[in-house]
Amino acid sequence: MSMAGIRVRNIAGAALTGALVLGQTVAAHAESTLRVVMHSDLKITDPIWTTAYISRDYGYMVFDTLFALDADLNVRPQMVGDYSVSDDGLTYSFTLRDGLMFHDGEPVISLDAVNSIERWMHKDVMGQKLFEFTDRFEIVDDNTFELHLKEPYGLVLLSLAKPSSNVPFIMPARMAKTPGDAQIEEFIGSGPFVFESGEWEPGNKAVFTKFEDYVPRDEPPSWAAGGKVVNVDRVEWLSMPDQQTQVTALAEGEIDVLEQMPHDLLPLLEGEDDITVWSPNPLGYQYMFRMNWLLPPFDNQQVRQAAIAALNQEDFLKAAIGNPDYYEVCGAMFVCDTTFATDAGSDLLVTSHFERSRELLAEAGYDGAPVVLLHSTDLAVLSNLAPVAKQLLERGGFTVDMQSMDWQTLVSRRSNKGPVGEGGWNALMTAWVAADILNPISTAGINASCEDAWFGWPCDQELEELRDAFARETDLEVQKELATAIQERALEVVTHGYTGQYYVPMAYRSDRVEGLVPGPATYFWNVRKNGE
Amino acid sequence: MPGFIFRRLLATIPVLVMVAIIVFSMLRLTPGDPAAIIAGDSASPGQLEAIRTQLGLDQPILTQFLIWSGNLLRGDLGRSFFFKTDVTTLIGQRLEPTLSLALLTMAITLAVSIPLGVIAASRQGSLTDRLIMGFAVMGFSVPVFVIGYALIYLFAVELKWLPVQGYADLADGLWPWLERLILPSLTLSVIYIALIARIARTSVLEVLGQDHVRTARAKGVSRTGVLVHHALRNAAIPIVTVIGLGVGLLIGGVVVTESVFNIPGLGRLTVDAVLSRDFPTIQAIVLLFSVVYVLINLVVDISYVFLDPRIRY
Repeated sequence: MSMAGIRVRNIAGAALTGALVLGQTVAAHAESTLRVVMHSDLKITDPIWTTAYISRDYGYMVFDTLFALDADLNVRPQMVGDYSVSDDGLTYSFTLRDGLMFHDGEPVISLDAVNSIERWMHKDVMGQKLFEFTDRFEIVDDNTFELHLKEPYGLVLLSLAKPSSNVPFIMPARMAKTPGDAQIEEFIGSGPFVFESGEWEPGNKAVFTKFEDYVPRDEPPSWAAGGKVVNVDRVEWLSMPDQQTQVTALAEGEIDVLEQMPHDLLPLLEGEDDITVWSPNPLGYQYMFRMNWLLPPFDNQQVRQAAIAALNQEDFLKAAIGNPDYYEVCGAMFVCDTTFATDAGSDLLVTSHFERSRELLAEAGYDGAPVVLLHSTDLAVLSNLAPVAKQLLERGGFTVDMQSMDWQTLVSRRSNKGPVGEGGWNALMTAWVAADILNPISTAGINASCEDAWFGWPCDQELEELRDAFARETDLEVQKELATAIQERALEVVTHGYTGQYYVPMAYRSDRVEGLVPGPATYFWNVRKNGE
Repeated sequence: MPGFIFRRLLATIPVLVMVAIIVFSMLRLTPGDPAAIIAGDSASPGQLEAIRTQLGLDQPILTQFLIWSGNLLRGDLGRSFFFKTDVTTLIGQRLEPTLSLALLTMAITLAVSIPLGVIAASRQGSLTDRLIMGFAVMGFSVPVFVIGYALIYLFAVELKWLPVQGYADLADGLWPWLERLILPSLTLSVIYIALIARIARTSVLEVLGQDHVRTARAKGVSRTGVLVHHALRNAAIPIVTVIGLGVGLLIGGVVVTESVFNIPGLGRLTVDAVLSRDFPTIQAIVLLFSVVYVLINLVVDISYVFLDPRIRY
């Protein structure tokens, strides 16, 4: 045999050995490994430090919560076994359920819960409100602690069951003592999955394994409530930046779940019998048209009213989502089909009233100065919004200067309170996870506390008083009345225009995956993987 | 020669200093706030400020530059804003996939482009020549990602010979490593093959018209012998020069190819870092690419001595 022949044989042998090695590796890892492409790469593992949704989803894997919201929007105990409220509504007593344990083998005790809630209180918008009403925590014993309020507060349990960023996750006390402006450095929780930090390759993959000592509740899973039974050995979050590649990889079976399926690529999966497309988040997302109250012309209430009179929801949804199966025209500021949903006061917003818009502008003395509208070009669900807004506003009598940029530039620029000539802005469009805006306290858009409000900085004393009254109220029916009043006031002073509700589909291999749990975040308990 | 290499290495220092200053300034002057990206969409202005302070972005730009350059002189490339690790470690983790991709691409390129160029030159004006040059024009004109998608469709989706995406370490075995690199390397090599084949053709044609080639043919040296021993050797300098200059093309191509084929290399890291305004990572990668570019072209210059004995440094 010639040398060349020997070399070829050696290479073939090496290749075969390599293939066998891979085969063994795959077999070793093949046991129930769920491969998922999430909406973003996991970079930050402190779900209290950041509001990024990928960190929230990481939180649901690794940590657990005292309470959770179920699919009927009821608050249900999760880590808590028993709880009670004193007759005067000032003392909440919580007892942790048996069997709770952190991934390092330490039991979960009251101190962990109290420190975790305290850290969350200083970061989260609902936590901050709860903190205003909190007198003190009292640790009764390792399993029981009490929350003492200064005055009755109607949202205590709803706050502790907050379903989206920032979720009040419970972590070991030593981690929870990390200052709110610093990130936690450990990966220890008491949730159903263990984060395999040694296998973490930021920008490539994050690996979670089943926490064998997790004790799930007995109830069936419902959103983040109920039994979190883990049926897979590993979950791998793979980072895959190219959407076309994501869809092809799913179709070819290289991944099992694509968390967010781009709307415009849905036709590629038509005829794929082994792939199911569904909307796991029944609340979806809500678009927002935000105006800057600090600068003319939107420092004038009539001009803001003129803007929402010119807008309508259908045009935005058609342009951005396209497929009517995945969007909904909805007059409810606090999301359609939820506890505080009402369409009160939304007539001017939902459909366009160009004539009314021009009248309002004339009354306000609008001089035709260009409105600087920030246009995000790189996120598919946002990129078509600003051009529609520009056209509608111009039909309503505005002059619009649409400035295009990537989303991260927009995110940076929106914090600029300065005049337009110094990088300031007049209007922008974004989207919210609906679970973040289910009530008047968690909805950042209607925070009208001037300088401390969300970007755009609305300032309205009456609205703030209504929100405070809502927070104090403990009767649900009265809360609903107050929520209606708040929506009407927010639309009167125009904190923002909410410009339609939409849903992002998930695609998964139904020939091997079952049991995905719907909810406003993405969960991987209850999921089974067949065929491995 | 040692003196030449030393002088050239010395000359890279001001180049790298300029690169460092330009990259640092451009990142600070272009819009985009890493703190806003880290904080998430629903963060309050107060949370944003706290993160900015933690990252040191509240310091004046000059202070930030002095801190960064001081660390750089001590060999510390800084800590990534997002990846929770030192940039040096990060780059080390991403080096193997990119090196694998680049080396395989170069191997395919050299194996294909030079024979194509020589064949086209030896059959100037023929149908073969026109076909090769047509391929070269097309290869140079079609965007890398389009070639990538087309190859995925053909070899992964239709024929199912190769996987769609991903990367396997060489330590996992030769075939797993190779099967995931074939499509990206082919994708990336198309533009490079097109470039080098054209240069090879032109250079060989130029040499074929010279007296010593005619003399060799007159002395009875075969056509292949003339092409390999006379024409190609004398055409090597322009070809090697283009290979060196083409490193810039390769770096650009790596960024796109790694994204399309989901390879966790330096190209992907570059995209991630730019999109998230991860200043320390971007600065380090650009510096690294600059060093690679300068060093490869230094190697090219040194190779001239071996390719053409008349050249002395």
